[in-house]
Amino acid sequence: MTRELHRPLPRSWWLRKATYFQFMVRELTSLAVLAYTGLMIWALFASSGDAAGFSGFFDFLGSPLSVWIHMIVLVLALFHTGTWIALTPKVLVLWRDDERVEPDVIAGVNAILFLAITGVVLWLVLG
Amino acid sequence: MPDQVLEVFRYLPDSEDEPRFENYEITYRDNWVVLDALNHIKEEQDPTLSFRWSCRMGVCGSCGMMVNGEPKLTCETFVRDYDTETIKIEPLSHFPVVRDLVINMDDFMEKLPTVSPWLIRDQHDDPDEGEYRQTPAQVAHYKRFSMCINCMLCYSACPVYGLDSTFTGPAVLALAERYNMDSRDQGQADRADVVTAHEGIWECTYVGACTEVCPKDVDPAGAIQMLKLSYALDWAKGVVMPKGAKK
Repeated sequence: MTRELHRPLPRSWWLRKATYFQFMVRELTSLAVLAYTGLMIWALFASSGDAAGFSGFFDFLGSPLSVWIHMIVLVLALFHTGTWIALTPKVLVLWRDDERVEPDVIAGVNAILFLAITGVVLWLVLG
Repeated sequence: MPDQVLEVFRYLPDSEDEPRFENYEITYRDNWVVLDALNHIKEEQDPTLSFRWSCRMGVCGSCGMMVNGEPKLTCETFVRDYDTETIKIEPLSHFPVVRDLVINMDDFMEKLPTVSPWLIRDQHDDPDEGEYRQTPAQVAHYKRFSMCINCMLCYSACPVYGLDSTFTGPAVLALAERYNMDSRDQGQADRADVVTAHEGIWECTYVGACTEVCPKDVDPAGAIQMLKLSYALDWAKGVVMPKGAKK
């Protein structure tokens, strides 16, 4: 019986290639989305409690620390959203007779929809 | 262009305990692919060097190796495309090495038939009635997934397979999608157990490296995402219309 050589993947595998690194960045940016979800849950509990509790939460939102957190989370969440929009042509394959609709068209339509819905939400909140 | 050095992975389990790299100097030739250089080394310098190859034209999928850390078909990888003095040649990653550049491909070969990569019909029409015909549009839907040559470069690029070899893997799942999308096939439900198992599509985290390295532009990463959508829709239909979904 031949003695085979097994070569396990090292822990630093994600540093070997740009594609692997981008994958890790994409996955890690989802933690920012998760963290912001936590903030929203906090807002929900704060708004259902007494006035003092909500006032404390509101004061935190206006603090420099909160503004920095929001800015960082916004950048990471936008990057994460971009990766999902880029993925849509892989999942949504449309055909016009025997010609495939260009992946860029599908990703572009998704990007426009994302921007439009974001605009409507901003208009409802800020308008 | 100066002469080049091929730094080749050597593993000789019968005579040596550990693998090592051996350098072979080659005279630069503009029209040489890496496989030509390896054959030259075997014929002129070291007949003990072992590697697989067959067709020399990117069809058989035998000569896949790591070239400077990237999975490549060595029969279509030109030496001239590497401006480094040394080109590093290793066996495909994530597979056990039998000897030198030869890997054990049993795992892949065992997984290949598990997705029933053939046309499945509920009932076969009488051959006298003629062929199962397809329009060019119907062929176009699955054609790119049918171009796979089983070279296993995608497995070598996939870190999920590298970390967990129970993963069914890119090429085999792309083959499942190839038959699911074929208008003559009726076997999507029959393939569900293997394709939707934990080791199947749901283990893919969409790194996308498989698609990048595929020499035939098969796009296994895309095939797997399409499988996720179609089987998720099948599941949802089964929940909403439990009777209608059953055969």
